[in-house]
Amino acid sequence: MNFKNMKPIISLSPHVHGGDSVQKNMFGVCIALIPALIASLYFFGLGSAIVLLTSVAACVFFEWAITRFILGRERLTICDGSAVLTGLLLGFNLPSNLPIWIIIIGALVAIGIGKLTFGGLGCNPFNPALVGRVFLLISFPVQMTSWPLSGQLGYLDAETGATPLALMKLAIKEGDTSYLDQLPSAFDMLVGQTGGSLGEVSALCLLIGCCYMIWKKIITWHIPVSILGTVFVLAGLFHLIDSSYANPVQVILAGGLMLGACFMATDYVTSPMTAKGQLIYGCAIGVLTVLIRDFGSYPEGMSFAILIMNGFTPLINTYVKPKRFGEVKK
Amino acid sequence: MKTFHIGGVHPAENKLSAASPIRTAAIPKQAVFSMFQHIGAPAVPVVKKGDEVKVGTLLGEAGKGLSVPVFSSVSGKVSKVDAVLDSSGTRRMAVIVDVEGDEWEDHIDRSDKLVTFKDLGSITAEEVIRRIKAAGIVGMGGATFPTGVKLMPPPGTKAEAIIVNAVECEPYLTADHRLMLEKPEQILVGIQLIKHAVNCPKAYIGIEMNKPDAIKLLTDLLKEKAAQYPGIEVVPLKVKYPQGGEKQLIDAVIGRQVPAPPALPINVGAIVQNVGTVYAIYEAVTKNKPLIERIITVTGKSVAKPTNFLARIGTPMQQLIDEAGGLPEDTGKIIGGGPMMGRALMSLEVPVTKGSSGLLLMTEKESRRGEVSPCIRCAKCVSACPMGLEPYLLASYTRLKDWDGCEKNDVTSCIECGSCAFTCPSNRPLLDNIRVAKQTVMGIIKARHMEAIKK
Amino acid sequence: MNVILIAVIVLGAIGLVSALILFLAAKKFAVHEDERIGKVAEVLPQANCGGCGFPGCSGFAGACVKAADKGSLEGLLCPVGGQPVMEKVADILGMKAEASAPKVAVVRCNGTCESRPRIAEFDGAQSCRVQNMLGSGETACAYGCLGCGDCVAACQFDAIHMNPETGLPEVDDEKCTACGACSKACPRGVIEIRLKGLKNRRVVVLCNNKDKGAVTRKACTVGCIACQKCVKVCKFEAITVEGNLAYIDAEKCKLCRKCEDECPQNAIHAFNFPPRKPKAEAPAAEKPAAVAEKPAANEATVPVGSPTGNVEPAKEQ
Repeated sequence: MNFKNMKPIISLSPHVHGGDSVQKNMFGVCIALIPALIASLYFFGLGSAIVLLTSVAACVFFEWAITRFILGRERLTICDGSAVLTGLLLGFNLPSNLPIWIIIIGALVAIGIGKLTFGGLGCNPFNPALVGRVFLLISFPVQMTSWPLSGQLGYLDAETGATPLALMKLAIKEGDTSYLDQLPSAFDMLVGQTGGSLGEVSALCLLIGCCYMIWKKIITWHIPVSILGTVFVLAGLFHLIDSSYANPVQVILAGGLMLGACFMATDYVTSPMTAKGQLIYGCAIGVLTVLIRDFGSYPEGMSFAILIMNGFTPLINTYVKPKRFGEVKK
Repeated sequence: MKTFHIGGVHPAENKLSAASPIRTAAIPKQAVFSMFQHIGAPAVPVVKKGDEVKVGTLLGEAGKGLSVPVFSSVSGKVSKVDAVLDSSGTRRMAVIVDVEGDEWEDHIDRSDKLVTFKDLGSITAEEVIRRIKAAGIVGMGGATFPTGVKLMPPPGTKAEAIIVNAVECEPYLTADHRLMLEKPEQILVGIQLIKHAVNCPKAYIGIEMNKPDAIKLLTDLLKEKAAQYPGIEVVPLKVKYPQGGEKQLIDAVIGRQVPAPPALPINVGAIVQNVGTVYAIYEAVTKNKPLIERIITVTGKSVAKPTNFLARIGTPMQQLIDEAGGLPEDTGKIIGGGPMMGRALMSLEVPVTKGSSGLLLMTEKESRRGEVSPCIRCAKCVSACPMGLEPYLLASYTRLKDWDGCEKNDVTSCIECGSCAFTCPSNRPLLDNIRVAKQTVMGIIKARHMEAIKK
Repeated sequence: MNVILIAVIVLGAIGLVSALILFLAAKKFAVHEDERIGKVAEVLPQANCGGCGFPGCSGFAGACVKAADKGSLEGLLCPVGGQPVMEKVADILGMKAEASAPKVAVVRCNGTCESRPRIAEFDGAQSCRVQNMLGSGETACAYGCLGCGDCVAACQFDAIHMNPETGLPEVDDEKCTACGACSKACPRGVIEIRLKGLKNRRVVVLCNNKDKGAVTRKACTVGCIACQKCVKVCKFEAITVEGNLAYIDAEKCKLCRKCEDECPQNAIHAFNFPPRKPKAEAPAAEKPAAVAEKPAANEATVPVGSPTGNVEPAKEQ
């Protein structure tokens, strides 16, 4: 080829790219959620399918409709996979017998208020799925706290019962350890024989997903490990002091802790940028979660803890800097 | 396995020309010698139109301050002394020589015979440095810093380790790799000369694990002739970009971190020399041969014959491409240097210079950057940055023109390695913006400095 | 009753103590600022554009007061407010304002997509400063407009816009306050802050290329080749050629427009003159006409690359 006929492209270095993309990361998280998805379908059947489908569809629809018609943007943002992910995570935070209209409201709040009011992906200060969940939790406390038992494959008619967390709360409130005896075994909780929201059901599947994300370098280990570690240590301390507090293994496996630690707190946009900051953030979430669970009025504190720390993320980013190369320790 | 301690990325290696032996490129019909082949003041032309020159004739003497001389690599007649387009993309002063024959200056030893350190007798350190300076040698890894200056540590500092940079962490490039395979002993003698020049007992050769043949060859050679080459050690390094960065290499090899500018590697007792520079030093000191040729990798996925050329400085790039099988049809971008830090060229008339380590022809498809989308704050740039900076933050400050914020967040420490932009899932032009900030902040600091002096 | 009384007393006491603290603090930490600074700042436009060379309007007000104490307001000008504002400032400070002629930003490059062929394609952050780091950039001219619109982004007054057809910025004379922000933003110094001229009329060399004539001619069909013809034709010694580039001194120029006719490259343009009397094929040099008038014949003199003829859409941020 003759150079004269060619108009070379010029740009500053680097001239190659690693090939990573927003889509790859978002759908990577979705793939990591597949084991948990299968578990939730296995344990909750039809209800799970309806809730998840509705949630994902509603989130994608709202993302498209709002960016297109309200914000008037030409760029199609639903392809980046973030709306799908928000939908999945929102669905995982809901009980399998939730009516469709409530789910749609949740999706609207998550996408509309949680994300797009702030400018869309990358600009939201709070995790959109959690904003949706907490909104529903406060607006529809009855529906949002009656958790179907594991193995209830129906939809609206699923039988509900006390979750392990509710039992733990009762044990603390009344100082009666007999409630703790009613808890399922740690193994059952790990595999998923407990009541709760869709995503909480199987801690094992969530852990598998988490390992996948760390292996694929979608997330780093800092946030999940620091949250789980802090909760384990703190709950263990309480358990040692007073046996009406549940044992730390069960505390870690119960409720949304695993889902929160692996998938919600690790959300890119709302977590700190540096490894040090992520450790601080994770530990603070752990402490808050234990405090809310043990002393708050709600049995579950994970979503509140994450949202509170989301609010502190900018502060952490401002004050916690990575170690500069060659920095001399003062 | 040793490596540097902060950040780093793993670009696809694509060392297409690793197995192709060094080939001597044809002497060009016309050679262009830029007076700006190094960092610092340009060389000053000492020839005029019509002058006869030989291979090794001085064309430009070193300018004032930081500078090196420029020599002719061809024989012939000076056709003009004028500003021409060079790899920087601008027109700058150069000497253009029309080639006639191939006559060399008499003082240059053209034989291939190995001259050992012993053969040189009692050569003084000053003499070694004088010959290096006189030969116009600069850092040949691409930074083109005058080598003679680097070998004279400022008062109060002492060289404790010579580190030979044979990392070649840039994808595609194989010039240093081939040089090590084909001229191992010459390189070892060159290292001895540097050790002698700065009176330093210890030298390390840092080589990445993707060049096992070079590691083996040099290790065996050192074992075999341990008495002849004392105090030299091969250090295999884990493959990670930007290991060839001076600061990263020092960290990887001897575990010391050079503090932020204005500190220099010598402040932690290290002197880093590229392996190509070491070879040039060998030739300059033992053979009286100025820096007139270098090894350059011409490569690319569509290039017919990716080759390592031994090319005369001043050879137009077009000629090397022709020798490597011509310009591929689907070429989109032409890069002088490697893909991570090289410069995109606008013309193929650009000559080979002292710092040209490679010529990379990228296909049209590879050349275009992906569509930019908003930052998702994934923090991958922060963990990729080998200097421990926050590229996302610096880029946002640049957009806001908050130069104070950039300065406080150490933008001047950026080594422009491109790891941040390489890793960004949103394809954001992080380094483009950081360069703007770095330039501006450097200007502000300089202005402040001048103001302080005035007062 | 007792409760109310206690509440009133306690609150009253707190109030009194706080008031005392505030009073003492105000006395102790009072900052004495020259009241004239505030007054001057009031008459300034408060655009905080920095065009005066000081950090914002209050910075400029402070500088004015300081200068007034020294006895002269010379060299101080609010480019946005211009003469009227400076007169007000002088009034407040009891001084006389120095007369200064109004200025305007002028883009000294006419290298449109047609007259200056693109020899490369720029990819990266859409910023002139970034493109400028790549040598001559998309065209072969290392001095001309880069077309990424750094100046547009810098303008606080919405007075400069990219023309997508030419790929060059155009200044709105009405809105331009000559604050100089665009000029500072341009990495190549293409934009000059120039005297506005009588009735807004001015004659300008629309080129910034300091290369030798032959090189310039290769890069652009309307570049100044430093042929000196304009210098010879000018009766008022207003034109100088320095570094291969002609420059018209606006203070000496008498707006005779002889140089415009003489320039072989059409690099000299006259702005805001009434149309000339119909002479033999001398088109009126209105602003837009300057762009369109390039005849196709000139293409023969462009050996570098081949002008595609297509008008490339200018890249904007």
